[in-house]
Amino acid sequence: MKRTVERHLNILEFTLASLLRRRAKNLSLVAIYLLVVFLLASLQFFVSALKREATLILHDAPDMVVQRLMAGRQDLVPAAYLTEISQISGVTAVRPRLWGYYYDQLNGANYTLMASEDPPVTSGHASIGSGVAKARNLAVGDLLPLIRYDNTPLMLEIGAVLPSSSDLVAVDMIIISPEDFRMLFNFPADQATDLAVTVRNPKELSTVAAKIASQFPDSRPILKSEIQRTYQSLFDWRGGMTLILLATSLISFIIFAWDKATGLSAEERKEIGILKSIGWETSDVLLLKFWEGVVVSLTAFLLGTVLAYGHVFFLSAPLFAQALKGWSVIYPRFQLVPVVNAYHLSILFFLTVVPYTTATVLPCWRAATIDPDAAMRY
Amino acid sequence: MRRSLQFLLFTAASLTLFLMLPLHARHAQQHPVVEMAQVRNLHVTDLCLATEARYTRHPAMADRHAPFQEHPLALEHFPSGSLILPAIPLRETP
Repeated sequence: MKRTVERHLNILEFTLASLLRRRAKNLSLVAIYLLVVFLLASLQFFVSALKREATLILHDAPDMVVQRLMAGRQDLVPAAYLTEISQISGVTAVRPRLWGYYYDQLNGANYTLMASEDPPVTSGHASIGSGVAKARNLAVGDLLPLIRYDNTPLMLEIGAVLPSSSDLVAVDMIIISPEDFRMLFNFPADQATDLAVTVRNPKELSTVAAKIASQFPDSRPILKSEIQRTYQSLFDWRGGMTLILLATSLISFIIFAWDKATGLSAEERKEIGILKSIGWETSDVLLLKFWEGVVVSLTAFLLGTVLAYGHVFFLSAPLFAQALKGWSVIYPRFQLVPVVNAYHLSILFFLTVVPYTTATVLPCWRAATIDPDAAMRY
Repeated sequence: MRRSLQFLLFTAASLTLFLMLPLHARHAQQHPVVEMAQVRNLHVTDLCLATEARYTRHPAMADRHAPFQEHPLALEHFPSGSLILPAIPLRETP
């Protein structure tokens, strides 16, 4: 046992010395490998954490949202819809929602304006997201002027700035009273942006949606399960964001592993030839190459994963945030709750370490089985 | 100290950090910092991932053809529009 450990330690010693002889080449190899693992791990952590946040946040979404479409666009829902929908059996509550967007000409930002009755907001006051506070340099007690439909200002006193921990929901939000909302946009009194419908039995949701759609052919009911599935598919590996990053990382890794698998350099072949001629056996050479693969891939894998964790959960994924930011003036800081489990880590391990180590050992096995004289002359 | 032992010690330290990740994640999930009470009652339907276009701010509320809705030749011009896909209609409304 002690002899086996000693043998492995000796071969590892030789491997490290051999890797350090070609220091620049091997360090750049580890750096590229680390970058690929870092990108893949960051993506996996980011997507898993967002999926979890989506599930938790959307748990509070309405059972069903009913929109009205006119000429292919979403239109305001008349009060008559509310009255009739609330009479459908199974429906326990119908709440008109008042929300929309406000383009701030001062800084080019888009705010989401929402009227809230529960918790009630006093007329003339507003609660704002941390992004709005930052963009307009506002604090509690300050006045936020919004331009009304007739170009006159509506002055709102900031009652609260929402904590940055709620950025993922409300970074761009201005929550005001229904009266202020209607006054700001000249919003008709008997209409709503859409309706939030609560249904007693979740199993009846699709039946109620079918009834609404047949009663109001211009309506579009959106179920909570559909909202949740929209986000699950958004963060699915086939989703736009994931697919682009996953494909880039995997293709670079395939090119990288392919380069290793297609053959050894003349210098490496010569080294194998010399080792065999001084008495190393094929198994020793393979062990040497195995350790070489382990040193490079394990270092890159462990460091890449730990760095990715720090990137996503401590630094709020600045790499991905930039991609999502686009031309947004306000964007959230992704303070995500970490989601990592053994399944994620083993997938990452089998996607990166196993193919690389195999790709290193296979060409060496071919080189190690040939005559040392031929290998040295190569 | 032998170079091989140095490497093994370095790997052991990295492995310890690596194995701490799921433990840290579990701990963070049990003690969430995120306090959503103020926005919970708003019954929001979407996460705020991008704020540059309405169909990427509220993808669940947007139409399938929202990126092209502005005029017949309006092609997608918001970067987040290529990352956040529009909602896929999953249920046929009768």
